[in-house]
Amino acid sequence: MCGIVGLFLKDPSLEPKLGAMLADMLVTMTDRGPDSAGIAIYSGARDGIGKITVQSAQPEADFRNLDEDLRNAIGQPVLLLRKSTHAVLEVPIGQIEAARSALAHLRPGVKIMSVGDSIEIFKEVGLPKDVAARFAVAQMKGSHGIGHTRMATESAVTTMGAHPFSTGSDQCLVHNGSLSNHNSVRRDLIRAGMAFETENDTEVAAAFLSHKMDEGAGLGEAMEATLTDLDGFFTFVVGTRNGFGVVRDPIACKPAVMAETDQYVAFGSEYRALVDLPGIENARVWEPEPATVYFWER
Amino acid sequence: MPSFDLGAHGLRALNSTLHALKGQTNETQWDIVNPRGSHAIAAGVDAAVDITVHGSTGYYCAGMNKQATIRVKGSAGPGVAENMMSGTVIVDGDASQYAGATGRGGLLVIKGNASSRCGISMKGIDIVVHGSIGHMSAFMAQSGNMVVLGDAGDALGDSLYEARLFVRGKVKSLGADCIEKEMRPEHLELLETLLQRGEADAKARPEEFRRYGSARKLYNFNIDNASAY
Repeated sequence: MCGIVGLFLKDPSLEPKLGAMLADMLVTMTDRGPDSAGIAIYSGARDGIGKITVQSAQPEADFRNLDEDLRNAIGQPVLLLRKSTHAVLEVPIGQIEAARSALAHLRPGVKIMSVGDSIEIFKEVGLPKDVAARFAVAQMKGSHGIGHTRMATESAVTTMGAHPFSTGSDQCLVHNGSLSNHNSVRRDLIRAGMAFETENDTEVAAAFLSHKMDEGAGLGEAMEATLTDLDGFFTFVVGTRNGFGVVRDPIACKPAVMAETDQYVAFGSEYRALVDLPGIENARVWEPEPATVYFWER
Repeated sequence: MPSFDLGAHGLRALNSTLHALKGQTNETQWDIVNPRGSHAIAAGVDAAVDITVHGSTGYYCAGMNKQATIRVKGSAGPGVAENMMSGTVIVDGDASQYAGATGRGGLLVIKGNASSRCGISMKGIDIVVHGSIGHMSAFMAQSGNMVVLGDAGDALGDSLYEARLFVRGKVKSLGADCIEKEMRPEHLELLETLLQRGEADAKARPEEFRRYGSARKLYNFNIDNASAY
């Protein structure tokens, strides 16, 4: 069992409240996943700025002077915004790859959570309310976001085993369920050049989608492919720079509820997660069909 | 007419209050407000009372119901009226998966759609769905009646025992050992009653339905297959 929440805003006037709405939804899903929690937030692209969200088990040591060290390494300005065990590094967009390789050398203990021009991922072990508080999720702004509360089944309760998983620029995926063919799919993807951080089944699903999209597939097309190539139980919620998608396996035993109004599209593992959204009483509320891809782009 | 604010008093207080209603009571009309998708609302009630839930519910609403009439003025989460023994449960909106699962008696009415596994392993309950039902509905259904005014998803009635299934719309596919059967006068008569009890008589006529049941090949031991065991 896990909990998933997601919110894709159509109405920009709600953007300042995205984090507050998502944090409430996330905490409501604590019963479904008290082990760890995470959130991917698309806070919006700014001209020429790329973002690398990093995590460290020794944030005091690792983040001290990291901006300066990185600036010296890539010869470009770097801005570091620390949030608890995570930090968002802003670098010129063309310097993301250079910054990434420099990071591996400068701070080997630092893990990369996400890379892109809009996405930031924050995830940790612990109760969702504590995780949301330590990253101040409620203060975050953005166009869309996805959160996850985890009850672990397929790999250890660690920060890196928490969701969302990001395996491509501005992409992320969360999962409720368990995949049974993740080892063979992972082998195929490694042969195709994808890199993995964990033994986790969900990371394989994320990488599968990233690989499909690298090959030129659109979000909808990549999600369709999960229905033929991934075996197991899944409800996936997927984010891209400008998109938001949902797909459930054909058996569809992992719960899902969606709501749509003129202002937003929302996802919850249970209706409880949606009850405080504005206008929910008049929203179109439905259970996504099995083996059916839903996605929105803006 | 007691009104219970679930947001203010919580689920345990609600259910213990309802469980305390035994035999004769003057408090026969209950209103539950602020359900906010909570789980197990009015589960395990055993009294001839009328309960109205004003909003949508989470898992297992009205589970194990005996005698009570429970109406949900919204949609219901997974397992509504699961293992109902008697009484009536009416959902004004949609129901999530396994609505009425393992139900032994009583009547479950869903005014919207029901999703997958509706009536799975039903054992005597009557289920009337005004909309459509999802895949694997009435899986291993043993007895009772299911009436669907809309369509049915894949694998309807897989491994069916003796439950009767009536579908007005399209059936995407029949499960193993489920076949279409002749609609005889007694079935039309039964349907008439079920539609009326299910508040659906104004929407559909018995003649519009097809009947599905067990071919009885799967659950009867066939001596010709003895060598297969």
